[in-house]
Amino acid sequence: MTTLLSVDRVSKAFGGLHALSECSLSVEKGSITGLIGPNGSGKTTLFNVITGYEKPDSGSVTFEGTEITNASPNKVFALGVGRTFQITRIFARISVLENMLVATQRDEGWLRGLTRSKSSKSELVSAMEWLDFVGIGRLADQHAGSLSFGQRKLLELAYVLVADPDVILLDEPAGGVNLTLINEIADKILALNKDGKSFLIVEHNMEFVMNLCDRVTVMHQGADLVSGTPSEIRSNPLVLDAYLGGSDEDDVEDAS
Amino acid sequence: MPRLRNVWWLVALGALVLFPLIETNPTYTTIGVFTLIYMGCATSWNMFSGYSGYINLGSAVFYGVGAYTMTLLSDHLNFAGNGDQFWLIPVGGLAAMIVAVPVGLVALRVRRHTFVVITIAIFFVFQLSAINFSFTGGTAGLQLPLIPWLETNFNKPFYYAALAIVVFATLLSMAVRRSRFGLQLLAIRDDEDRAAGLGVKVFAVKLTGFTMSAFAVGMGGALYALFLGQIYPQFVFNPIFDISIALMSIFGGLGTLTGPLLGALVLESMQQYLAIRFSNGAYYLIVFGSLFLLIVLFMPQGIVVYLGEWRSRSKARRVEGALVVAGEAS
Repeated sequence: MTTLLSVDRVSKAFGGLHALSECSLSVEKGSITGLIGPNGSGKTTLFNVITGYEKPDSGSVTFEGTEITNASPNKVFALGVGRTFQITRIFARISVLENMLVATQRDEGWLRGLTRSKSSKSELVSAMEWLDFVGIGRLADQHAGSLSFGQRKLLELAYVLVADPDVILLDEPAGGVNLTLINEIADKILALNKDGKSFLIVEHNMEFVMNLCDRVTVMHQGADLVSGTPSEIRSNPLVLDAYLGGSDEDDVEDAS
Repeated sequence: MPRLRNVWWLVALGALVLFPLIETNPTYTTIGVFTLIYMGCATSWNMFSGYSGYINLGSAVFYGVGAYTMTLLSDHLNFAGNGDQFWLIPVGGLAAMIVAVPVGLVALRVRRHTFVVITIAIFFVFQLSAINFSFTGGTAGLQLPLIPWLETNFNKPFYYAALAIVVFATLLSMAVRRSRFGLQLLAIRDDEDRAAGLGVKVFAVKLTGFTMSAFAVGMGGALYALFLGQIYPQFVFNPIFDISIALMSIFGGLGTLTGPLLGALVLESMQQYLAIRFSNGAYYLIVFGSLFLLIVLFMPQGIVVYLGEWRSRSKARRVEGALVVAGEAS
């Protein structure tokens, strides 16, 4: 397997807080990679660095051999890296279908948008296909703002998929979602993975991560602690320490 | 029913075309000219600020640049005052667009509320420049070549030129709303960062929209200068203009197509009428202000959105009523 996305010793500080310190990670082509770690270990910051929302202080990010370390979010997306957000973000005051159409152009020139209509026939067809795929096709004409929390998660997944990215970064896809929907989302991810999409998933639901992922990376205090298969991770004592705060250093921090 | 809607557009256009032919009193056709200028400017303003959510409170910059372009060019190019200056109106619009590029490059670096403050600041820079530079004539203003038309027919060409600007701005706004570009503006309004993460080149889109919206506003300013025959910095770079344009759009319905047209039609014609009616200046402001407060209190999304919701509610009630009747009959 070849490496699709690789993060090499990335550091990022916000003032005195070192959100990331020399963090490395790689996503193999066609894999589902899990990213776990306690709250505040830098998972979301790492996502922001990869997708261009934050500029790292040092280190590099490469996607299919192209360096994307300081690329803007639209550039990163155009190359084929899609993402969802931990707090779901959709366009509330336009319809569900229009939400899908925002994402379909991927790398169209900005002037082209002036001369073309909102949608072409083929874009409408594929937008509806993806909405049906996640199961909210019947809501296409509604305002996206009227969707429930779970439906918004599905919409966000659908409009990332409509642009056909090669790797999809999911930030807590199962967070705050009921059990039936969690299983549904897991099924969708597996189906998409069979079709060749790669995933990088941040998730706190261990069962979800362990069942789904080929490899898991554990982050702790802004750095990658260990990587391995789910069973290796489960039996690794370092991971338990990171989660339960077993090390001396953490005790000192807690006391202060 | 899109066809019925088209009929309404044609009826409205027909009424506007016929107005100066039926009502020939210059007092009222003058109100008509001002109202149409505001309708065009508000529609154009809404095409950027309404769609993208970036409330520009410095649109008088474009208006003033249009007015000064018209005045300076007619003076320096020695126009005779036979009406040829009407051809300078689009030039005024283009000048406003050229000015919009550097203004946008500065103002659009920041988001939302900061953007509003920056646009106000830039507006005052322009107003002070117009007052202090010598080529603008300073506070004494500038005169345009006199147009020696008879009073009875004087207003008509201005009226139809203003109507042409309104039609142009409306068609452009309509086209933008239907284009991918317009969808991107709406996406920026709802969540700019998310839009960037879906491949939208947000800065280029914002700057393009900002610059495009300057065109009709600049044309409005140019027409205004030509209509009055003289300009002063405090009247063409007027903070009241900035606020009026925004309020008219909000009053009618921000981000809707008909909202700014309706808002400007009601507010500007009423303001002009009340100003004449209560010749003692400030009374009309009280009526004006109260009406505005009522709208904001009871229809915060504007008249157009309110009426739309009211109609769909009453339709739902009718359907419900019909179901009850049908239930009783069976």
